Amino acid sequence: MKRLEKKHSLAIRWFHWVNFPVLFVMVWSGILIYWANDVYRIGIGSWTLFKFFPPAFYEKFSLAFRLADGMAWHFVFAWIFGINGLLYVLYLLFSGEWRQLFPRRETLREAVQVVLHDLRIRKTPLPRAKFNGAQRIAYTGVILMGFGSLLTGLAIYKPVQTAGILPFLSLSLWGATGYEISRFVHFWLTIGFCGFFLIHVAQVAKAGWNNFRAMITGYEIVPAETESPVESPAATRV
Amino acid sequence: MNPETDPEITPVEAEAPVFQAVADEKNDGEIEAQMRRMSRRSFLWALAASAGTVGGLKWIGSRRADDGIPWPLRRVLDVNGDIARDLFSTARLAPTFPASKAREPRVNGDIGMGEDFDPASWNLNVSGLHSGEDLRLSLAEIKKLPRVEATTELKCIEGWSVIVTWAGAQLADFMAKYPPATQSGNAPDVQKKPDDLVPYVGAQTPDGAYFVGLDREAALHPQTLLCYEMNGKPLTLAHGAPLRLVTPVKYGIKYLKRLGSLEFTARRPEDYWAQRGYDWYSGH
Repeated sequence: MKRLEKKHSLAIRWFHWVNFPVLFVMVWSGILIYWANDVYRIGIGSWTLFKFFPPAFYEKFSLAFRLADGMAWHFVFAWIFGINGLLYVLYLLFSGEWRQLFPRRETLREAVQVVLHDLRIRKTPLPRAKFNGAQRIAYTGVILMGFGSLLTGLAIYKPVQTAGILPFLSLSLWGATGYEISRFVHFWLTIGFCGFFLIHVAQVAKAGWNNFRAMITGYEIVPAETESPVESPAATRV
Repeated sequence: MNPETDPEITPVEAEAPVFQAVADEKNDGEIEAQMRRMSRRSFLWALAASAGTVGGLKWIGSRRADDGIPWPLRRVLDVNGDIARDLFSTARLAPTFPASKAREPRVNGDIGMGEDFDPASWNLNVSGLHSGEDLRLSLAEIKKLPRVEATTELKCIEGWSVIVTWAGAQLADFMAKYPPATQSGNAPDVQKKPDDLVPYVGAQTPDGAYFVGLDREAALHPQTLLCYEMNGKPLTLAHGAPLRLVTPVKYGIKYLKRLGSLEFTARRPEDYWAQRGYDWYSGH
C-alpha cells in the first residue's frame, strides 16, 4: 500500500528553482569578468596541472572580451541571488525546517556511512530520513558558501566602503592584499558551486524520478507502512 | 455460498488478505492518479516558469543598447550607483600600506596619450567655478597646495591590483582654493556645505580623447589626488606626467593620466569607459 508524503514546501521549491537560473547567470557572468585577469590555476611552482581556463574553453562558449557585459549582468543578478538566498535562510529559520537540514551531533558519523554506502563498501541500507548526514553537511555547506560568495563579492565590489565591516579585507597573506584574497576566495567558491552542482545532479539522477518529482510537486510516493521522517503535520496522507 | 448474493454471510478470516490486497491495489491506483494530477499541474507550472525565465533573459539581452549594454542592465547599474552614492562616506578611507610594499604599476591604456605632447607648455584648464571665470594653471600653482602622500591599492577594472605610493594635492584642497559653482548660487563653502556644490566633475586629457566623470563625493574624498609623484619620483610621461588623477575610491579607469582639464558641472559628464558598457559610477 502506498501513500503520498509532503516532502518540500512550496517556498523551498521556489527558492530552489529561482536560484538555479540566477546562479547560472552569476557563474556565467563571473567567468566573463574573470577572463580579463585569469590568473588562477592548480599547480605547484612553475608546474601547472590545470589553468583556469584554457583558451579553447573561452572560445567555445564565447566568453572572451566581454568584461563590461559580465560586470553588468553580475551586478544586476547579484541582487536576486542575495535576496533569494536571504529569504531562503529566513524561511528555514522561521519555519523550523532548519532542523531537518542543519548538521546534528550524529551527522558526521551518518555522513561517513552514506559515503561508504555510495561507494558500495557498506551493504546494508541507510536509515530513512528526509536528509541524511551527507546531505545535511552538503546543503548546509552550500548555504555557507553562498554567504561567503555574497561577502567576498561585496568586498570586491566596494572594497573601501566595506573595509570597516569585513575584517578579511585588512588581511595580508603571502604578499596578497585583503582585496586579492577576497577575489581568490570568490573564485574558488564558484568552482565549489560547480562541483556541488555536478555531484548534486548525479545524486538526483541516482535517487530516481520519485525523488526528483518531489522537488517539482512537493510530494513523494512512499510505502504506507513507513514512518514519516518528517515531524511536521503537513506530512500526512493526502 | 456466495458472500455477494447472501449478505448474511461474512467472509471467513482466511479470505481477508485477498480482499485487503484488492483494496490496496485500488488505493494505490488512486494514489498514482492523484500524483499524476498534481504532477501535471506542477510540471505545467515548471514549464511556464522555465519558458518565462529563458524568455526574460533573452528579452534583457536583446534590448536596445544604452552605452554598450542592454538598457535594463544600464538602469540597474545606475540605480546601484545612486545607492552607492547615498551610502558613500568621505570618512571611509581606502586601506593604506607601508611604502615599502609599493610596486611599479603596469602601463595600461594609451588613449589620450599621443606623441605630440609638450609637458613644458602644459596647463590645467579649469571651468565651472563659482567665480564664473575659467583658469589656466601651471604645475607650480598646483604644487602650492599642501603635498599629500598615500600608499594605496590601485584596483584595475580588469581584476588585478597593485600597491602604489602617490603624492600630490588633494582635489578637495584644490576645490577649497578654487571653489566650484553652487547649485543655489550662494557663495560656496566646500568644507561646511559640500552638498551645495555642483554634483559632478569632468576630467579630460589635453586632446579630449580620454575623459572620465567623477561624482562630487569622490572628488572631495581625502585620498583623491591631483598627483605629480609616483613611488617617490616625479611622474613619468607614461604614467601621466605632468599631472594625473588618483582616485582610490574608484577603479583604475578613473585614474586619468595627463590631466588637461577639469570641469565642475551640474550634468553628469561623459565617461570614456561608461560609453563602452562599463558602470559610470565604478566606485569602491
